[in-house]
Amino acid sequence: MNRAAAITVIMSVCTILLRSGPFLLFSKDREIPRYLLFLGEKLPRAIIGMLVIYCLRSVSFAAKPWGIPETVSLAAVVLLQIFRRNSLLSILGGTVICMFLVQAVF
Amino acid sequence: MFLHACRGIIFVMNDRWKQIRKAWITSLPVMAGYVVLGTGFGILLKNAGYGVWCSLAMALFIYAGSLQYAGISLITGGASLLNAAVTSVIVNARHLFYSISMLGKYRNAEYKPYLIFALTDETYSLLSSDAAADETDFFCFMVSLFNHSYWVAGCVLGSLAGSFLPFSTEGIEFSMTALFAASFTEQWLSDRDHTAALCGLISTLLCLLVFGSENFLIPAMLVITAVLTFLGKKEGSI
Repeated sequence: MNRAAAITVIMSVCTILLRSGPFLLFSKDREIPRYLLFLGEKLPRAIIGMLVIYCLRSVSFAAKPWGIPETVSLAAVVLLQIFRRNSLLSILGGTVICMFLVQAVF
Repeated sequence: MFLHACRGIIFVMNDRWKQIRKAWITSLPVMAGYVVLGTGFGILLKNAGYGVWCSLAMALFIYAGSLQYAGISLITGGASLLNAAVTSVIVNARHLFYSISMLGKYRNAEYKPYLIFALTDETYSLLSSDAAADETDFFCFMVSLFNHSYWVAGCVLGSLAGSFLPFSTEGIEFSMTALFAASFTEQWLSDRDHTAALCGLISTLLCLLVFGSENFLIPAMLVITAVLTFLGKKEGSI
């Protein structure tokens, strides 16, 4: 149990340090370099794409169900978002389709 | 005078209430995913021999999904503290990115310590979008708090209810993918320049193919930074 507590503390501290690192380096009065501001502006666009792939990293296209549930649901999310522009609806619709395909079809 | 003060207070309360409501609606897409993934974590931790207090502490103080899942095997496998620290840094290195891109928005914000602590993948994707650009610090604080509470609720629920769930939730973890895919599409529709979005997507995909599903994230972050830097230098913005 003590071991679990120690590891929990370590994981907590490391995560907090990573999340607060840039803020600690650039406290209120220190000017943020132009390069970091540039990255700060461009990164959000790039990271969301990275997270989509990150979520799908363990989908296998070589074995049953060949990634079909994820592919179909992903297409549904994108199409719903294009035609309805309502994120909640897109997320809900895609998830329900994925659950249906995983549980009832494959 | 008294009436005037009352009106003022009611106005402020009303405004706060509206923002809390709006924050709750904004956070809703995260709820299902966090409760389910949190429950999954609680169940696994329970099966590994650690109960509700451990689950609660980890959800409250670590608040990072993939690291907590990795943490279970660290704890049961008897990993050293150094090993735990290295794993934490590798698994959560992407959080550095979030902080860098929120530097401008959060640097002088109210509730700054909590906003930074609670900057998970999902909270980041909700609050870094253009839609949230003009929102108040209080709104960001409430979105962060709602998301955190879903995660804690899930982890505790999993530990307590364990395997007694009455229905199958298989496939519900897709809600996280759907959240990111929806915000990717929304950004795509509202942007004219798609260079950064394509850079993120293609670099990560290539790194996944080259490095495999266990080790691709850090190379992907390096490649994304390098490509963005190169493009920025080329067009002269840095």
